[in-house]
Amino acid sequence: MEAFFFDIVLLLDSSIRLVGPLILAALAGLFAERSGVVDISLEGKMLGAAFAAAAAAAVTGSAWVGLGAGILTSIALALLHGFVSITHRGEQIVSGMAINIVVAGLAPVLANSWFHLNGQTPLLDESQRFTSITLPGVEVMSNVPVVGTLYVEVISGHNLLTYVAIALVPLSAWVLYKTRFGLRLRAVGENPSAVDTAGISVIWLRYQAMIVAGVLCGVAGTSLSTALGAGFIRDMSAGKGFLALAAMIFGRWMPVPTLLACLLFAFSDALQGRLQGVELPVVGVISVQFIMMLPYVVTVIALAGFVGHIRPPAASGKPFVRSR
Amino acid sequence: MKRIIYVILALFLVASPQATMADEPKIALIYDLGGKFDKSFNEAAHNGGVAFESATGVSYHDFEPASEAQMEQAIKRFARRGYDLIIAIGISYATPLRKVAEDYPDMHFTVIDSHVDMPNVQSVSFKEHEGSYLVGMIAAMTSEKQKIGFIGGMDIPLIRKFASGYAQGARSINPDIEIIENMVGASPTAWNDPIRGGELARNQYARGADVIYSAAGPTGFGVIQAAKETDNYAIGVDSNQNHLAPGYVLTSMLKRVDRAVERAMLGAYNGNWHSGVEVLGLAEDGVDYALDEHNEHLITDDMRQRLAEARAKIISGEIVVNP
Repeated sequence: MEAFFFDIVLLLDSSIRLVGPLILAALAGLFAERSGVVDISLEGKMLGAAFAAAAAAAVTGSAWVGLGAGILTSIALALLHGFVSITHRGEQIVSGMAINIVVAGLAPVLANSWFHLNGQTPLLDESQRFTSITLPGVEVMSNVPVVGTLYVEVISGHNLLTYVAIALVPLSAWVLYKTRFGLRLRAVGENPSAVDTAGISVIWLRYQAMIVAGVLCGVAGTSLSTALGAGFIRDMSAGKGFLALAAMIFGRWMPVPTLLACLLFAFSDALQGRLQGVELPVVGVISVQFIMMLPYVVTVIALAGFVGHIRPPAASGKPFVRSR
Repeated sequence: MKRIIYVILALFLVASPQATMADEPKIALIYDLGGKFDKSFNEAAHNGGVAFESATGVSYHDFEPASEAQMEQAIKRFARRGYDLIIAIGISYATPLRKVAEDYPDMHFTVIDSHVDMPNVQSVSFKEHEGSYLVGMIAAMTSEKQKIGFIGGMDIPLIRKFASGYAQGARSINPDIEIIENMVGASPTAWNDPIRGGELARNQYARGADVIYSAAGPTGFGVIQAAKETDNYAIGVDSNQNHLAPGYVLTSMLKRVDRAVERAMLGAYNGNWHSGVEVLGLAEDGVDYALDEHNEHLITDDMRQRLAEARAKIISGEIVVNP
């Protein structure tokens, strides 16, 4: 029982660490799609931000400069996506995919020519990263059974960006459902003509959504290379952008359910690592390949079976053309 | 027009004496992507070339491809210019080298860390399991809890060789030692995922392992990072990674690409280069464990002695390390 509890604590701790970049990217996708722009370039934006943040942090020695560089890079990519899909009404999937491919190639090439380290940036030391924070009250709580252990091991000890990511979930919900900007954003994703008739600029609203998505992806990418990791490595986003899209759909384009979906994916990923080579009751040791399928199987079951009928924002993916 | 002809003639005059100097081999060294000074494979290959140059006084040409598309062009260009030996570094050369080797059957090629089965190609690989045996011994001799970890990149036979040698080495010290084994993934992203590598390492450390050997390419940076943050030991791989986190990297399992390059070059120089498959193990100095100023205080004299004994026994064949 003791060992079981200990394992659960470890898995939860690991899930929270992994969920940071995932939920940030998912929220970015959520804002974009709620405004009517399909954004599959989350992966590319994250990777670009991860590279820019690591490069800037390595050169200047400051994680905060890295964060700024990451966010700016990601915003630039988001605006590029906006320019293609909003201003020029281009095909949004193609534009998004193009950004993913360009960044995947460009980041290692730039890293190569700047740092000559095999397409990586130099490893960052502690002062150039967002390191783990010990929350107040850990000494007191460590004497309390169960709740105290959970607080010390699971809640405390994460990096700043993870806490920011979690805090952004209620904030996003508030912006989306309680502010004028949120109302207009939801409207423009459902019925842009009505928004246009009301005299509000559809184009500008969608660009604003792209900027928000850019900032969120920028923080996500920065957390990959300067908080969870310590430097940029080629393809280090490793499909998290696409997983975030799945989480967003599973969460039906709503912030809190999306967080739960992200937690489920992060947990199944952590569980996958834990179950490798472990003797399970009844079935015995399952071979590694099957265990590794776990997060993907969960994704497929979640998307195909559990969510039931999904209704994306009505105008999502459709460029706005003002009818005469 | 006349001037151009003179220039061409002059070029011929300059070029011809070199062509007649047949006793000095013309050697080309083509790196993998990432540049000559990548602090890893390419730099090791470069060091091998420099060692050859200072030993024999014969210079060589090298080339850094900027993309995979340039690899085949580069080999072809050197082949067309009549180089005696062309050495290519890395797994990505398997396909381009095969193509060029077919087009130039009289030329000699050496490919390192890759396998091309052609009569004019020498394929050099390493007995990673023998080097892993030694670092497994180090891990078992260092571990206080007698619980050690292994993190492999992609689940492929090559990585199983690392795991197997490591486990045999550790069990030679303590047959009951507990080994936690994890693979990062089943696709090539597994080599570039330091986040997941770090997560797996944290998990293993939390479960009581105090030394983890990662054979996972750049994913291993995450393992070293986790070792540093949780105050445990990691073991690096391929090149000397002791400097990445001094005091936390117990040692590194070295693949001596420099030795392989130097051997191939010396072969061309001495005229005993031969095609076929070469597998470099402890006996050929192809694999080793890293010992430098960052970890010399971690490897005690007693440990060094036992390692030296094991090395001698592996070379003599008394200990057989299974891949």
